[in-house]
Amino acid sequence: MGKFIRLKKGFTINLAGKAVPKVVEIEQPETFVIKPTDFYGIYMPKPVVKEGDTVKAGSPLFHDKKHENILYTAPVSGEVVEIKRGEKRKLLEIKILADKKVEYETFKKHTVSEIANLSAVELKEQLVKSGVWPNLIQRPFGVVADPATTPKAIHISAFDTHPLAPDYSVLYKGQEHYFQIGIDVLKKLTSGAVHVNTHATTEISTVFSQVKGAEVNKFSGPHPVGCVGVQIHHLDPINKGQTVWTTTPAGVIQIAKLLLNGVYDSSKIVALTGSEVKAPQYYKTYTGASVKKFLQGNLKQENVRVISGNPLTGSSIGKEGHIGFFDQQVSVIPEGDYAEFVGWITPGERKLSFHRAIGLFSFLSPNKERVVDTNTHGEPRAFVQSGIFEQVTPMDILPTQLIKSILAEDIDEMEALGIYEVIEEDLALCEFVDVSKHKVQEILREGLELVQQS
Amino acid sequence: MEFIKHQIEKIKPNFEKGGKWEKHYYSFEALETFLFAPATTNGIKGAQIRDAIDLKRLMMTVIISMVPCLLFGMWNVGHQHFLAIGQAASFMDKFWIGVVQVMPIVVVSYGVGLGIEFVFATYRRHPVNEGFLVTGMLIPLVMPPDVPLWQVGLATAFAVIIGKEAFGGTGMNVMNVALTARAFLYFAYPTDISGSVWTYIGEAKTVAGYSGATPLSLAADAATTGTNVVTSLNSFGAGWNEGVFSFWNMFMGIMPGCIGETSTLMCLVGAFILVATGAGSWKVILSVFGGAYAMGLLLNLIGGNAFVEMPAHYHLVIGGLAFGAVFMATDPVTASQTETGKWIYGALIGIFTVMIRVFNPAYPEGIMLAILLMNVFAPLIDYFVVSANKKRRLQRATV
Repeated sequence: MGKFIRLKKGFTINLAGKAVPKVVEIEQPETFVIKPTDFYGIYMPKPVVKEGDTVKAGSPLFHDKKHENILYTAPVSGEVVEIKRGEKRKLLEIKILADKKVEYETFKKHTVSEIANLSAVELKEQLVKSGVWPNLIQRPFGVVADPATTPKAIHISAFDTHPLAPDYSVLYKGQEHYFQIGIDVLKKLTSGAVHVNTHATTEISTVFSQVKGAEVNKFSGPHPVGCVGVQIHHLDPINKGQTVWTTTPAGVIQIAKLLLNGVYDSSKIVALTGSEVKAPQYYKTYTGASVKKFLQGNLKQENVRVISGNPLTGSSIGKEGHIGFFDQQVSVIPEGDYAEFVGWITPGERKLSFHRAIGLFSFLSPNKERVVDTNTHGEPRAFVQSGIFEQVTPMDILPTQLIKSILAEDIDEMEALGIYEVIEEDLALCEFVDVSKHKVQEILREGLELVQQS
Repeated sequence: MEFIKHQIEKIKPNFEKGGKWEKHYYSFEALETFLFAPATTNGIKGAQIRDAIDLKRLMMTVIISMVPCLLFGMWNVGHQHFLAIGQAASFMDKFWIGVVQVMPIVVVSYGVGLGIEFVFATYRRHPVNEGFLVTGMLIPLVMPPDVPLWQVGLATAFAVIIGKEAFGGTGMNVMNVALTARAFLYFAYPTDISGSVWTYIGEAKTVAGYSGATPLSLAADAATTGTNVVTSLNSFGAGWNEGVFSFWNMFMGIMPGCIGETSTLMCLVGAFILVATGAGSWKVILSVFGGAYAMGLLLNLIGGNAFVEMPAHYHLVIGGLAFGAVFMATDPVTASQTETGKWIYGALIGIFTVMIRVFNPAYPEGIMLAILLMNVFAPLIDYFVVSANKKRRLQRATV
């Protein structure tokens, strides 16, 4: 039986421009990009294709020198048109000019009963070479899972509470069969349980409610309750020396499709959201798609920021950028490049804030959808321990002390304070509410890398 | 607006790297961001949106919470002045005397403090932090109305340089800066911080029977003479200021004392603003009052001398306990930083305040010393709270 966990701390950022539950299919983008920088824990990505090569969906594009067996593969078929490198020739992205019709690399096909008889070793062998493996993320550190380990549990968050988050019942509609098979497969990879964590107060899609063989837990509360790290903390926390894997429903379904259909199917539904989008809705596309065609004629104004992912943890990619590997959402919000006369005191009901300081009234109308731009609303200042981080961290973790220990590069202290249990998204709200405008997520990743290297 | 913005943009290159006033960049930045919230946007990775709060607004919230104390204090300075010299005066006359007496202290405190802040910011190349906006207002509120301005300036300079900048600047100080200023005066000029300094007399002559005694000194005297403290407080001021030290009068704050700290009522108004806006910790405020009251009750039970037997609720309205609890103990930099620690920190401040008052007649003002003492111990409290958190994590690992 699953558990029911109620959380109180946190803050749901209610933005304007949520996607209406309508999935549309338009002409597919011309280019698709895979960025090694989307994956943590890759030390030296090495391309296995050259510019001008033709690839099929599922053909390898690059691998990490440390884990050569895990292949990162092409989402669609076409021609490799650009291999972009940055400083010190670091591999940044591999761009594919897509064919009109996707051709697939063929992998071994299985029936449901055959899958039931596959061993963990055989499964892993098939998953790592096809491109679905990087869907499995290992905690601590939030890195691509190491096939040589057996995690103590696998956790899947079946809902997203980030600002403008897509509705999973739209994303995974009709995928019950694949999701079930995927769960059966994951059960073979762990020594413990597979947890499917659902939201208690919204209607749960049948994809998750009818799943068998997994622990279906219920959660309620404000964001970050949808973050899988927070869920793990309350279900079965990670201790030093332990590993846990996490994945998304999309990853589970991809794994099932690979084994049942014998193809690396990177098709996904992406929510185009944000206050600056004329028609926020869902689009059918593939991993790494260019956002250009989705945005054409669909923006209310030109001075906008296009974000792959949500506005709290995503990355700015520009109007012609490409969607990140894990992202199922594109958010378009106004750019905040304006100076505001005595903006530090002007009152405003439209200014979104978790705080209730003089002039900030947004706490009076929490259900109102707001337009928020990318302005920092203030300048970087010395650390002030106002106790506000603690109010948005629904875990038995002391965020202020943890962040300070990272700034001090004290690895023992970071371990003792629970750095193994968190990644960026779990503490992203601290960055949002911070009075002194620190880059909390960046600091946390530096800390994680320090601990990893030690 | 556009004109000002244009002018700022025009002179900005002079302060940026390579400009002729490059080293004054942070002074410029402080003034520029004061006029205009900057046009900076969030980085391309991480949070793309930010809360509308900034340090300036948070500090402004705290300053606004002190305004009731300041306004009341100005009126009270005038009111006590006219009582002491035995003249009747209108509300506005009293208020005006107070303004004239208090504003120079405010100006000196801000002038000296901000001057030092800017010099250190320029010298150390870091932004001017807004913390002093609050400190600069706290210092006048804990000064006696008759304090010489040079002492205010000296105390402020000492507090900012030795109390704060020596420790690394805003956010690094161990002890509350405003209280450091007050403590400096207290120990450096003990003769000036006693007697009739609590009332502004000026050139005028005091009425017959006038005395500058405070409730705390009366209580301490009562302990030696063995008279009941409440009787001695109630009978004080007969003939010129009848009932000045009655419980409700002290709660209202219509009595001599530091400019801003006499009125428990106004402190509670400030506490309401701080707690409602989330700018101050209600845990600290509540636990200071709770600690003091509990200690007062305990002493009542034990008994001993007249001060020990003073009803516990009197402790909450005499001296600066309320002001200290609301505005000094809640300073986020020097208070305990863990939520559990805040309870312990606040309660100990309350307990120590009453202990110092009752058992150490040499230092009647217990709250100042109690807060400074607990400022020093706050990191230790946090250490134990954090250790407990770590221990929970470790224990889990072995299960």
